[in-house]
Amino acid sequence: MANHDHDTPHITGLGTYFAVFGALMVLTAATVFVAFQDLGMMNNVVALGIATLKAVLVLWFFMHLGHATTFTRVAMASTLFFFFLLLAFLFGDTLTRDLLDVPGRVIEL
Amino acid sequence: MTPLVSTGKRIPDYLNAAYGLKSWLFTTDHKRIALLYMASVTMFFFLGGLMAVLIRLELVTPQGDLVEPDVYNRLFTMHGIIMVFFFLIPAIPATLGNFLIPIMIGAKDLAFPRINLGSWYVYNAGGLFTMYSILNGGVDTGWTFYTPFSTTFSNTYVLATGLGIFITGFSSIMTGLNFLVTIHRMRAPGLTWFRLPLFVWAHYATSIIMLLGTPVLAITVLLVALERSFHIGVFDPAYGGDPILFQHLFWFYSHPAVYIMVLPAMGVISELITCFARKRVFGYRFIAYSSVAIAVLGFLVWGHHMFTTGQSIYASTIFSVLSMLVAVPSAIKVFNWTATLYRGSISWDTPMLYALGFIGLFTIGGLTGVMLATLGIDIHVHDTYFVVAHFHYIMVGGTIMGYLGGIHFWWPKITGRMYPAFWSKFAAITIFIGFNLTFFPQFILGYMGMPRRYHAYPDEWQVLNVMSSAGASILGVGYLIPMIYLAWSMRYGPRAEANPWGAVGLEWEIQSPPTAHNFETEPVVDKEAYAYTAEQGYVPPTKEAEFV
Ligand SMILES: [Cu+2]
Repeated sequence: MANHDHDTPHITGLGTYFAVFGALMVLTAATVFVAFQDLGMMNNVVALGIATLKAVLVLWFFMHLGHATTFTRVAMASTLFFFFLLLAFLFGDTLTRDLLDVPGRVIEL
Repeated sequence: MTPLVSTGKRIPDYLNAAYGLKSWLFTTDHKRIALLYMASVTMFFFLGGLMAVLIRLELVTPQGDLVEPDVYNRLFTMHGIIMVFFFLIPAIPATLGNFLIPIMIGAKDLAFPRINLGSWYVYNAGGLFTMYSILNGGVDTGWTFYTPFSTTFSNTYVLATGLGIFITGFSSIMTGLNFLVTIHRMRAPGLTWFRLPLFVWAHYATSIIMLLGTPVLAITVLLVALERSFHIGVFDPAYGGDPILFQHLFWFYSHPAVYIMVLPAMGVISELITCFARKRVFGYRFIAYSSVAIAVLGFLVWGHHMFTTGQSIYASTIFSVLSMLVAVPSAIKVFNWTATLYRGSISWDTPMLYALGFIGLFTIGGLTGVMLATLGIDIHVHDTYFVVAHFHYIMVGGTIMGYLGGIHFWWPKITGRMYPAFWSKFAAITIFIGFNLTFFPQFILGYMGMPRRYHAYPDEWQVLNVMSSAGASILGVGYLIPMIYLAWSMRYGPRAEANPWGAVGLEWEIQSPPTAHNFETEPVVDKEAYAYTAEQGYVPPTKEAEFV
């Protein structure tokens, strides 16, 4: 998109796309593999970590964020920031819900 | 800019540029799409209004004697869903915003004309799903779809309605995207950010919310559908889910959605106040920045809907403080509009009546919002008619007053016709009176403890409820009168000049109605917005007004 600012738009080679596609396939296989491993507390962390890595690859190469203007990157970053705010305030509730000792309430940890 | 070409022949306006149904259904002209949207939202407005009539009729008597309790649940649910998702959210951006933003910035169209047309089809597709569910009996969850009722217990058309909202959300995203790109990339030479009309700033802020918030609503609705169909265990405690998580996700969109509804109306008011006070706006930059501040802060207050749930008291405290903070940028706007009126040469045309009505009603709605943000008060009045009255003051008193004010202001530009001054003023005053009679008694009812969403109530609350229902019938008449004279005006109204109000702004420098491409030569902007001059009754700014 933002490349249209310039007279010569940047062209990513076909090889890069196939390499990224290959990486996404490998990561998908990794997702399936770890789904069958019991990593205890790390189950979600690892699954989401792989998913995040895949999303970054898609954004950076397929959606051309790698060659985008600063403004486009700021726009992308601000959406991530708002998503972070959603999580921050949400966990601000769920993680502190039982901190206050209410008479009669049974706290399960 | 000039309506004449060298041959001396008048270029046909956008309404006469092509004829036939096809020329409308396949148009990519932002002005025609605005009219398509206007037809759609008007239809949904009267459909939602019909439900409101039935609700108010039921509440005339304390006994639940008009409709079954079950039907009553569906009535207030469908009233809310139709009014929020199918009227209030698209009302101003998709009609006035669509029509005016390209013209106000000196462009021939929006950045993506076909996405613009597509958004109208997507909107109507979502509307069809919702209509389907209405015809089959509707939904009874309330427009808020709270879990676990919506996921487990309700046996009404939750999925079809949810799908309708999911689809319609995309039209909102398409509109927001179109506005953002257009405002960034297509401004006329010389039209810097701080020369933009405040209407454009307001829509810029609105578009940010549309893009950031709507996807979260889409995912939330999708999760409700998955929970309902496959019990995936996200919201339903029986499967390990957290029903309050739904409220977090829902209100992350739905509180900012209030600003999707009211920010565009605020943009309209800035245009009206300056024109009919014949003054440059007081504190331009403050109003512009306060729109953006509302868009950003509006995302951090959603927990004020959840004070009486099991939400952590620490989270509630933070949400309470932030909710009071978001009142500041709104108050800045109200103060600045009032300061603009100060020493202005004020005229009382119909749009101005709506603008003044907006300021009063929005202030009441906003201040009761601060009351509701107070933890202690909210515990008392949560889910009572106090809340109902509060948000109707914002949505009806704010958004609909702004919408009608804008329609009356730009009607000559949109249609090239005038409307009768007497009847339009009569309707504006009728709406103001009817509105207050409908909703002010609800503050008192709520304070006395009448819960919302009940179809029966104790005898001692009847007087106030009858007042409210009587007000609603006056309000209904007030809404019907403009329908009649505006329809009349389209065919028989006297021809409007290019600038019937003597207003400043690019849209008033082109002919009424505009040509298909708005501008025959690209305009160059060399002055600030609202540069009203001495001949137009300009009053020099006071000393205080100079500092911004
Ligand atoms: Cu809210």
